[in-house]
Amino acid sequence: MTLHATQTVTRAEVEDFLFHEAALLDEWKLDEWQTLLTDDATYMIPPNDDLDGSHRSSLFIIADDRERIRQRIIRVLDPNCHAEHPKSRTQRIVGNVRLLGQEDDITTVAANFICYRYRRYERVGQYVGNYRYLLKRNGASFLIREKRVFIQAHELGQLGSVSIIL
Amino acid sequence: MPRSYVVDDQEKGVFLLDREVHVSEEVLREEMRKIFAKCWIYVGHGSELKKPGDFLTRRVAGRPVIFTRDQKGEVQCHFNTCRHRGALVCADRAGNARRFFCVYHGWIYGNDGKLQRVPGDEAYTAAFDKDTLALKKPAKFENYRDFWFMSLDPEIVPLTEYLGRTTEYIDLVIDQSPSGKMEILPGTQEYDVGANWKLMVENSVDDYHLPSTHATWLNFMANSGVKVEPPKEKGLVLPTKGYAVDLGNGHFTTDNVNFRGRPVAAWISLYGEEAKQEIADIKAELVERLGEERANRVAHTNRNLVIFPNLVINDGSSVTVRTFYPEGVGKMHVTAWALGPVEESENARARRLDAFLTFYGPGGFATPDDVEALELVQQGLANWSDDRWSEMSRGMGREGEQLNSDEHHLRIFWRHWNDMMGAEA
Repeated sequence: MTLHATQTVTRAEVEDFLFHEAALLDEWKLDEWQTLLTDDATYMIPPNDDLDGSHRSSLFIIADDRERIRQRIIRVLDPNCHAEHPKSRTQRIVGNVRLLGQEDDITTVAANFICYRYRRYERVGQYVGNYRYLLKRNGASFLIREKRVFIQAHELGQLGSVSIIL
Repeated sequence: MPRSYVVDDQEKGVFLLDREVHVSEEVLREEMRKIFAKCWIYVGHGSELKKPGDFLTRRVAGRPVIFTRDQKGEVQCHFNTCRHRGALVCADRAGNARRFFCVYHGWIYGNDGKLQRVPGDEAYTAAFDKDTLALKKPAKFENYRDFWFMSLDPEIVPLTEYLGRTTEYIDLVIDQSPSGKMEILPGTQEYDVGANWKLMVENSVDDYHLPSTHATWLNFMANSGVKVEPPKEKGLVLPTKGYAVDLGNGHFTTDNVNFRGRPVAAWISLYGEEAKQEIADIKAELVERLGEERANRVAHTNRNLVIFPNLVINDGSSVTVRTFYPEGVGKMHVTAWALGPVEESENARARRLDAFLTFYGPGGFATPDDVEALELVQQGLANWSDDRWSEMSRGMGREGEQLNSDEHHLRIFWRHWNDMMGAEA
C-alpha cells in the first residue's frame, strides 16, 4: 500500500460515505445498505480475545461472505427474529476517520465508533470499537468490499448478542 | 422433610417447577453451597495450555483460579489469591509465565504454586514457613481425556465415577479425531444473558423449542438449499427421531439422527460442492478406523450433552463447549468455545468454524434468539409469586424411550437439583 496515491480519495468523501452508511443502519434501511456492498463483500467481527485472528482458524463472532450477509438481513428483518423483535433502536457516532492506504481502486480506512443500542425496558448497551473498511471506488462514491469490526471490550459481556448490523 | 421445589406426580403424569428457583436470592445462596461447592465443575481443556508456563485465569464456580501448565508439563489449578493478604496474583487473562508475582507486596509463586520469594522475610519469626504458603488449590482437580474439572468438596467421588455414562458421549465426540485428540480453537465467545443460569441448562437440550424459537434459522437453511423436512411420524416435533437419555447423577443428553449437516461427516449444500470430496474422505477414515456402525454414530447423529450442573457439549452443526455461571439470580455469564480434531486440515477447520456460526454464538443465526427467549422467561417470572408453577409434564405418560422434544431430560435435571438442594450441606 502506498500513501502518496490518496489524492484521488479525500477524507471528507470517505466521511460522507461512512455517515450515510451509519444513517442507513440506524434507520434499519438494510436493503438500501446492501446496495453499498460489492458482490464479494465480507462482514467480519473477530473474537474479543483474538482481534487479529483469521476466521479460517479462529472462532469469530461474525464471519459473513456476501451470501451470508444477504441471509443475515433476511433473518434480522423477519418478525420471527426474536432477538430483534421489537427492533433495537440504535444511534451511532462514527469518527476519527483515517485513510490508511490505497491500492488500485481500494482504499483502506479506519474509523472509531460508538453504537448505542436501546431495547425493551430501556436497557442500553454500548458497542465501542473501531472499523476497518476496504472501500472500492464507485464513481463519485464507494462500495464496501470489507467491513471489519473490532469490539474493544475484553468480552461481549453485558452487550449479550450482536443481533444488529454493527 | 426438606422443602421440595417440584411437584412430581408420576401417577397423574404431572411435573411442576416452583418458579422461585429462578428468582430467589436465598435459593442462589444455597446453590453455591449445595450445588457449586459439591459438584465437579469444568475448568478448561488441556489443549488450551500448549506449552509449559501457559496459563489462563478464569472464574470457576465463582472462584478466581489460574489454570496453568507448570514447568514439568503438569496441568495445575491454583486459587488466584495471594496467601499474604489476598490479592489476585495474576491479573492477565492469558499468557506464559514461570512465576506469578503479587503486585501488592511482591510475594512470588512458581507456576507449580510454591511460594518462592518473600521480600524482607527476615522480619518473620521461625513460625513462618514458606512451604506451607503455596497457592491454595481446589480440593480436587482431575481430568477425563483432557477435560479438566475441579471440585471444592474433598469428599467427592472421583471424576470418572461422577461423569458416569457421560464418558460414552464424550468419547463419541472425540472419535471425530483420528488420533483421539480434540482441541479448543482460538477465539472465545463470552457474553451475559439476563436470565437465571438454570434456564440455560434447559435451553441447551430442549428440542421442543426449535421450530418456534429458531424459525429464521430453519428459513436460512431452506434458503441455503438445506430443506429441513417436517416430521413424518406423528408426535414428533423435529424431522428425525431423537431421544432424551438419562446418564445418571443428573447428567443427560439428547441423541438424534442428524438432519442439518455435520463437518464430520455429513455434507450439505451449505458447505459447497468443493467440500464434498473431503467430507467423503473424512467419513471413509471414520469407517476404516471405527467400523461402519460406530462411524455412522459419530457422523450422522447429534448430541447435546449436559454434565451437571453447568457444562454443555453440543455436537451438532459444529462442536461447542459451553459453560455458564450465575452472576446474581437474574443474570449469567456464558463462555463458549469451538472444539475440533487436532489434525484437521485447514479447509476442514474453516468449514467447522463457519458451520458453528450458522447456528451458535452471539452473532449466530440461532443463539441470539435463545438468549432472547431466556430473557423473556426471566422477565415474565416477575409474576412468580402469583403465577407460581412452570408446567413441565411434556411426555410424562410416555413409556420406554423418551423423546428429545419432550421434557423428560429437563425433569432429570430438576429432580437431581431438587435432591441436592434438599440435602444438608
